[in-house]
Amino acid sequence: MNQPVRVKTLKIDGRDVSGREDETILEVARQNGIFIPTLCNLEGLTPIGACRLCLVEIKGVSRLLPACVTRVEEGMEVYTQSERLQKYRRMVLELLFSERNHICSVCVVNGHCELQSMAQILGMTHVSVPYRFPRLPVDASHERFVVDHNRCILCTRCVRVCDEIEGAHTWDVMGRGIDSRVITDLNQPWGESETCTSCGKCVNVCPTGALFEKGKPVSERLKKRQFLPYLTMMREERR
Amino acid sequence: MAQTITIDPITRIEGHAKITIQLDEQGIVRDARIHITQFRGFEKLCEGRRFSEMPALTARICGICPVSHLIASGKACDALLAVRIPETAEKLRRIFNLAQLVQSHALSFFHLSSPDFLLGMDADPAVRNLVGVIQTNPQMARDGIRLRQIGQQMIEWLAGKRIHPSWIVPGGVAQPLSAEKREQMLASIPEALDITQRAIAWFKNTMTQFSEEIQTFANFPSLFLGLVTETGALEHYDGVLRVVDSAGNVIADKIDPDDYEHYIGEAVEPWTYLKFPYYKPIGYPEGVYRVGPLARLNLIDRCGTPRADEAWAEFRALERGAVLSSFYYHYARLIEILYGLERIQQLLNEPDILDTRVQAVAGPNRSEGIGVAEAPRGTLIHHYRIDKDGLITWANLIIATGHNNLAMNRGILQAAKHFVKGDQIQEGMLNRVEAVIRCFDPCLSCSTHAVGQMPLHIQLLSPTGEVLDEVRR
Ligand code: SF4
Ligand code: SF4
Ligand code: FES
Repeated sequence: MNQPVRVKTLKIDGRDVSGREDETILEVARQNGIFIPTLCNLEGLTPIGACRLCLVEIKGVSRLLPACVTRVEEGMEVYTQSERLQKYRRMVLELLFSERNHICSVCVVNGHCELQSMAQILGMTHVSVPYRFPRLPVDASHERFVVDHNRCILCTRCVRVCDEIEGAHTWDVMGRGIDSRVITDLNQPWGESETCTSCGKCVNVCPTGALFEKGKPVSERLKKRQFLPYLTMMREERR
Repeated sequence: MAQTITIDPITRIEGHAKITIQLDEQGIVRDARIHITQFRGFEKLCEGRRFSEMPALTARICGICPVSHLIASGKACDALLAVRIPETAEKLRRIFNLAQLVQSHALSFFHLSSPDFLLGMDADPAVRNLVGVIQTNPQMARDGIRLRQIGQQMIEWLAGKRIHPSWIVPGGVAQPLSAEKREQMLASIPEALDITQRAIAWFKNTMTQFSEEIQTFANFPSLFLGLVTETGALEHYDGVLRVVDSAGNVIADKIDPDDYEHYIGEAVEPWTYLKFPYYKPIGYPEGVYRVGPLARLNLIDRCGTPRADEAWAEFRALERGAVLSSFYYHYARLIEILYGLERIQQLLNEPDILDTRVQAVAGPNRSEGIGVAEAPRGTLIHHYRIDKDGLITWANLIIATGHNNLAMNRGILQAAKHFVKGDQIQEGMLNRVEAVIRCFDPCLSCSTHAVGQMPLHIQLLSPTGEVLDEVRR
């Protein structure tokens, strides 16, 4: 027999809100129209708390916690917009920009990029750490798609959508730390992957210009992301 | 934390045009050089990128003529796809290119050069600018602004509101032309034609006061190179390469642009980032040639549109062979504007111009592609090689200002010989050198200082390299 779901009441930025006990701070905030920036999170995919952009302050907790993976609790007092958080979020973005080669003006998704618009929304005006300028390859061996590691932020949305929704698990991450990279199959060229079904879900969920479709002009690549919640909903209903 | 960032104007890419004049043991001018700090490594930056990004990437080389790079790059990509693009796409690209010609020439003539003609070469730079023109000849200033606006408006109507449009794509263009935009474009042409004819009449008259400049402004025999149609008419988008000598004789004709490497060599000098293209059959540095409006009008047998043909006939009557004085670049620009407008009108009236099939879809089919087109400033060459996945492995670009590099240096030398006495730079030197450079309308960022003077830095060097005199502003 199903246990009844309990409802928790808490405060976000001084507002009284409530949510189910299995919901995250991010979900509850969104239901109440409170904006918390995110990058790795995408509705319909398992949250992993990787990018740390959604960090929030909780009264009585010394650490900052990622809102996308932190469950609501009774009596919590959450702050989403403090000076300190803004600074940390900008720092996270600066590190992301410095880690690879982001040259927006000539990027395929210029103007339709989640990383870029986050930088605008959060007021990141410059990068204060030195750029790393790594030499990274572009793999254009797939018939329809390209992966450009210069623009990847390792959010692993591609890995999750391919595994959880498409069920192919073509994508994965290899290496550690700063040397991590997304790979197809066992680090083969994408075009030679035996598991890839060419469904294009990864391309559509990628927040940046790292995954894109061939044959469209630069900065005209719009991504469709709405399909995910719809797909999951249909599956749940079938069950 | 407050930070002060200091940018040294001389070392910046966008900085001063630096000119050095070298004296020999007898104190006579031996050489003069313009050092262009324009970045040469652009080709390297493109390596590893997908070929389809090239139009957008290379359009960033220059904020003044992105359209020209889009065109040449688009054509090189067509060659990689091994397709012939739909007829309508070709016509739309032609209009795009000509609209760019109109606006760029209007900028050069009205905004940058007309102050020299109107107020005199020796007028104080503080008034020798567009503001000075507005005061002395408001009609002319208005005309210039309007004409440029019409050209830019057309570009926008075709490609959308963007500084760097992404409308040119491998295989054609991204969007067809709408009937409404076509009407708007057609409606703006009569006014533009009037402005241009007024300017031509005025310039013909004014020219007579500049006989000294005509004599000394990079006035020397050279070859001329550029595209013409198969039948020898004016051409900016496609066609074949032709070379004429200073007497106006055709010395090479019907060169397939794909064979450019057989005819154009590129020399490198340690003191400038710009390469020195030369005509291979003659060698370096004797094979100096000029490109751009003056060259194009020297190359052709006719323009191909009625009003421009009339103006062109008068132009060619100026000198017996080819027209040699670079001062006439200005005149040539006006005639090209006339041609551009007439041609746009013709193209817009073609029955299939609104056709919606404007892009040939294909993947990369060839490993090498060359795209050649005429930019406002001259012949522009894009040449790419790709691997099997379509990633660029090698690229070479020859830009218009590059072709004119040798000629521009020679023109400055000519002016230096005239204006350097002993170990001093004489009054008037700065202005003349500036005006010589302006004839070529080089796409240095410094040539775009529409209001105010060109930032210049001239050094007079002894045979041992010590600085004898120096002027800058
Ligand atoms: S992926 Fe986004 S942030 Fe990175 S270069 Fe492209 S547009 Fe800019
Ligand atoms: S390729 Fe795109 S979706 Fe995948 S990890 Fe990189 S940025 Fe995220
Ligand atoms: S969105 Fe929460 S860590 Fe990325």
